[in-house]
Amino acid sequence: MSEKVDYSAFPDARGHFGAYGGRFVSETLVAALEELDAMYRRLRDDPKFRADFDRDLADYVGRPSPLYLAERWSERVGGARLWLKREDLNHTGAHKVNNTIGQALLAHHMGKPRVIAETGAGQHGVATATVAARLGLKCQVYMGADDVARQKVNCYRMSLLGAEVIPVTSGSRTLKDAMNEAMRDWVTNVDDTFYIIGTVAGPHPYPMLVRDFQSVIGREAREQMLAREGRLPDALVACVGGGSNAIGLFHPFLDDSEVAMYGVEAGGEGIETGRHAAPLSAGRPGVLHGNRTYLMENDDGQIAATHSVSAGLDYPGVGPEHSWLKDSGRVEYVSVTDSEALDAFRRLTRVEGIMPALESAHAIAYAEKLARRMKPEQNIVVNLSGRGDKDIETVAALDGLHF
Amino acid sequence: MSRIEACFEQLAQQGRKALIPFVTAGDPEPSVTVPLMHAMVEAGADIIELGMPFSDPMADGPVIQLACERSLKAGTSVSAVFDMVAEFRRDDDHTPVVLMGYLNPVEARGYEAFAAAAAQAGVDGVLLVDLPPEEAEELCPYFHDQGLDTVFLLAPTTSEARMDKIARAGTGYLYYVSLKGVTGSGALDVDEVAARVETIRKHAGLPVGVGFGIKDAPSARAVSRVADGVVVGSALVQRIADHAHEPARIPEQVAELLAQMRAAMDA
Repeated sequence: MSEKVDYSAFPDARGHFGAYGGRFVSETLVAALEELDAMYRRLRDDPKFRADFDRDLADYVGRPSPLYLAERWSERVGGARLWLKREDLNHTGAHKVNNTIGQALLAHHMGKPRVIAETGAGQHGVATATVAARLGLKCQVYMGADDVARQKVNCYRMSLLGAEVIPVTSGSRTLKDAMNEAMRDWVTNVDDTFYIIGTVAGPHPYPMLVRDFQSVIGREAREQMLAREGRLPDALVACVGGGSNAIGLFHPFLDDSEVAMYGVEAGGEGIETGRHAAPLSAGRPGVLHGNRTYLMENDDGQIAATHSVSAGLDYPGVGPEHSWLKDSGRVEYVSVTDSEALDAFRRLTRVEGIMPALESAHAIAYAEKLARRMKPEQNIVVNLSGRGDKDIETVAALDGLHF
Repeated sequence: MSRIEACFEQLAQQGRKALIPFVTAGDPEPSVTVPLMHAMVEAGADIIELGMPFSDPMADGPVIQLACERSLKAGTSVSAVFDMVAEFRRDDDHTPVVLMGYLNPVEARGYEAFAAAAAQAGVDGVLLVDLPPEEAEELCPYFHDQGLDTVFLLAPTTSEARMDKIARAGTGYLYYVSLKGVTGSGALDVDEVAARVETIRKHAGLPVGVGFGIKDAPSARAVSRVADGVVVGSALVQRIADHAHEPARIPEQVAELLAQMRAAMDA
């Protein structure tokens, strides 16, 4: 990109990242979004709110998460040195909790006694149920019926935490349908309910505030790398479903033009088969779930069914800021297939004793390809966005084992 | 004068209120829709809101979600919806038709191409439920250039300041959503609706239609006392669902319920 962009100035006042983002919702929700936007803009600069957020991240989530140099993995791959940002070590086992802590604080300030969420793999649902339990909020989580079937353990975790999981049987019975249903709940119960969206998508101000809450990942990684190596990393790699872990890692580095960034989408059975979940790699701009962004859709604008071995990436859209970063060329978006991600899942587990979530395994798989093209003195930070315990059943089933 | 404007003017002269049925185009199959539209006009419909099916109807309750699924499964495309309107227009040149749906199918075709094709087919207005006026600045000129009215929603949560903004962007009529929720939910509070419509009238010169929560003749009659138009959707679509296995009977079934509403409104 030739012109200097001030990334911190986006989104603009109306929630746009260039042509993307915005607020495409039915009229009933506009007032609630305006109220949320005003509350957030006030609180984000409020020292007490920031202190509360930072304290919760430290004492409840366990931050900062380590930046771990995976020496044996790096050696095995050959090429650049591979570092893992250990979001899997957060309380509840993924980066999702950074955001739910922040949004729960907002819900508390707005006096809303009830929270709702959508979830795909169940990680955001668990992270929402967790903060709801801690604050004594009533919590209902919408989850596609197919995802309920493939993530039974997370469903049970949510119910142990006191949340009610509501299976969604409409449409494709996955994450997008869970989000539709959560929107329908919110429009009906907007007076007493806070909708905790789990990713950097949805109507403004969600993509902005979720990004801000998740940016702790990149701020820490930046400081940690500077402290350890005295310089910035050469490349960042993160998986992209909705894209919250990726934007969290990338955002604090956007102005550092020497840092290359790669967002890894779910290639499913291969982009050429059409059975994937890679809107940035193979979709086109459209409007869904309150924002304009790259989508997987047919010629008539109907949203397409998606496929990924990883429930958390099985979504036909992506956060609008990613669409903008793709068009500007600041971030390169790539994809890896189900089988490449599964191979990487097994490799990292065996070589480092770290079992990644299948979502994160997509980033692991691409980082291996990237490292081989780079020099041994170069450094790649990979966002290990979640731990793989929740995926053991899925992987075991592929091995023919059923528990 | 547009068909919508002429319609409300004529109704005002007669001292009557507009009955505005909503059905999803192509539900349960494309061949049903045009006969159904004619039957609704015969039963007393003044304006038809024709739903463009969408895969992810976020603002709709289960009744209209299922209608979208039936219609898409039967292969209804945006072009097919235009064809239905064009066929309807061959025998009815005066009843306004407003397409109602979601923005993405319009974006997929392109604003200019969509507006041209809609106007060519004989469409009079478009209501996109996930397009508030702030995001419609680019779209509106294309639609107005083709003589299409842009109908916008108002909700119980809409502030008076926003009413001015919506009134500026809206043409044809305004659609007041009577309750917080999705289509087909709850029961409306007529006194509250009356108060809100009165407030809206202070900010907008356009006729005000009221929808959501109108399911039978008494509720249609009550709302017709306080608004310029009565929109009924899920109650009709439920009748379509009940007779999806015998589509030939759908026009008469829907017409029966509409005729009851018409009679109650005019009584």
